[in-house]
Amino acid sequence: MQTSALDSEHDVRRILAQFKDRPGPLLEVLHAVQGAFGFVPPEAIGPIAEGLNLSRAEVHGVLTFYHHFRSAPPGRHVLKLCRAESCQAMGADALAAHAEARLGVPLHGSTPDGRFSLEPVYCLGLCACSPALLLDGEPHGRVTPQRLDALLEEAAAGAGGAE
Amino acid sequence: MTTLYVPGDSGALALGAEAVCRAIRREASARRLDVKVVRNGSRGAYWLEPLVEVDGPRGRLAYGPVCAADVPGLFEAGWLEGGAHRLALGAIESLPWFSGQQRLTFQRVGITDPSSVADYLAHGGYAGLRRALSMDPAAIVEQITRSGLRGRGGAAFPTGIKWKTVLEQPTGQKYVTCNADEGDSGTFSDRMLMEGDPLSLIEGMTIAGIAVGATQGYIYLRAEYPHAWRTLTQAIAAAYGAGYLGSDVLGSGQRFELEVRLGAGAYICGEETSMLESLEGRRGEVRVRPPLPAVRGLFGRPTVVNNVITLGTVPLILERGAQFYADFGTGKSRGTLPLQLAGNIKRGGLIERAFGLTLRELLYDYGGGSASGRPIRAVQVGGPLGAYVPAAQFDLPVDYEALAASGAMLGHGGIVAFDDTVDMARMARYAMHFCAVESCGKCTPCRIGSTRGVELLDEILAGGGEERALERLQELCELMLQGSLCGLGGMTPFPVQSALKHFRGDFRARAQQ
Repeated sequence: MQTSALDSEHDVRRILAQFKDRPGPLLEVLHAVQGAFGFVPPEAIGPIAEGLNLSRAEVHGVLTFYHHFRSAPPGRHVLKLCRAESCQAMGADALAAHAEARLGVPLHGSTPDGRFSLEPVYCLGLCACSPALLLDGEPHGRVTPQRLDALLEEAAAGAGGAE
Repeated sequence: MTTLYVPGDSGALALGAEAVCRAIRREASARRLDVKVVRNGSRGAYWLEPLVEVDGPRGRLAYGPVCAADVPGLFEAGWLEGGAHRLALGAIESLPWFSGQQRLTFQRVGITDPSSVADYLAHGGYAGLRRALSMDPAAIVEQITRSGLRGRGGAAFPTGIKWKTVLEQPTGQKYVTCNADEGDSGTFSDRMLMEGDPLSLIEGMTIAGIAVGATQGYIYLRAEYPHAWRTLTQAIAAAYGAGYLGSDVLGSGQRFELEVRLGAGAYICGEETSMLESLEGRRGEVRVRPPLPAVRGLFGRPTVVNNVITLGTVPLILERGAQFYADFGTGKSRGTLPLQLAGNIKRGGLIERAFGLTLRELLYDYGGGSASGRPIRAVQVGGPLGAYVPAAQFDLPVDYEALAASGAMLGHGGIVAFDDTVDMARMARYAMHFCAVESCGKCTPCRIGSTRGVELLDEILAGGGEERALERLQELCELMLQGSLCGLGGMTPFPVQSALKHFRGDFRARAQQ
């Protein structure tokens, strides 16, 4: 995931060439850049703006409007906890408190060793098996604090993360 | 060779379906048995997931909920020949939970292989499009109007009228867009349809394109649904390959192109004008209406914006005729609605029924009461902008007008149950908090009002509230309701006001403590 500034510029130009002639391409470009780097590097904003004939402010405005886009690299494993009503009805608040205590970081935070990022998400469409979460993109339902501990241990023991 | 069905639906995956699938392949191979595994959608009975079906000599028999450790025992019990086992459920349609359902939109979900055009055709797929291609565009729109189909995304606007407006615009580039930004907590029917029968949505959009004269379709899918993205893109590729999409749909000379665009985690993009902004690659800020999207929509052109379930129901209406669909339902709520039972409920999942059954039937006959075993105190109907309905009103029928008359709204058909441990003042705070997180920021009542709402509720929760804070909260709700540009700020007061109205004790208790 670590890429030098030069490589990233090359990749951003490749992505721009792929999408720039499609209608309304900015979100697609940002998705592709985040797919390549795990986040949207600040140094990519200039080339994206130039390539799509937009101002840097417009690109920044779109990037920061959407919760999904990141401006800094995430931890190796990303835990997204659903915080919406259905999951709350099944103990999501307690599960979130457990996750924060276990990882030692608040929601939106990453562990100092860069292993885990903890993020809130508002509904995963898994409401009939609440509380639900995504760990490295994999869905898990009816998650108890014990099950969460086991999932985190498995992730930490495995090699690398999905993102 | 025996065919087994192991759902690839993300809800089933969340409960371990992938491990079950691996265990089945491993065990079958060790026993040198010739089995084929189909990754179907979910039947919607999530309390039975992972639900495996075996297509054996006695038809399709179900086993569930299966975990990977059960698999060797199931082979040992001879499940390929319909052998008895403690997890055996018999034919899925014979379970009471299914036998009362009226599955029209979901007729194929959980039954077919979502990625297979051949399987789709074998189960009645594309009969609607074939009929549409033999009809005049105005006649197609007329069928949709006469069926009584209303927008299933929540606004319940008559679909035929929307299509008619787009059809009547001068010829030129027009678009069909599908709003697949299903963000309401407690709803998952869009996801299930896209994962379980994506071709029905693709067919519905193609029919819409032919009806209104649009040659390009976009599905705006939320980023939280990566599995649906996969099934949709596979199904679109398969439809192109089989000649159902492209420059010459089924040799008719009509063109319809379709692609999926990903959202990026913004609830507001479920609002139609905000979705159009996002599709154009901008911040998802709400547009002022008029002009309506049907007149000036995507890239300034006439655009159909419909929800997944609305468009997924279109093929059936064309195939069976408007009257067939209109014969289901009650009053002005015609047809069926895929209801979604979620939250603290024993048997959660998807129940498709004609409009008119009561909340009580849903919660107790289908849902079996709360998962915790405690009394159900309240349900939130219609997502985070929907009202809380107290137990005293559970005899309300599920239809658009009856719920609206009682101050609630049906929305996208999601029902979230809470037991008697719920703190309704906290839920009211959450509604304001959610609005503050998701507000697009364009109008002040929503952007500032939601934050002031959180502050007021924090004051109340801290016990310093008294009557004055409650009065100010009511005033704030009224202001947001009247002054917001769209439904986010304009409907966030619904859960707050309903909590205040039906559960005032939860707010007052703190002032007295």
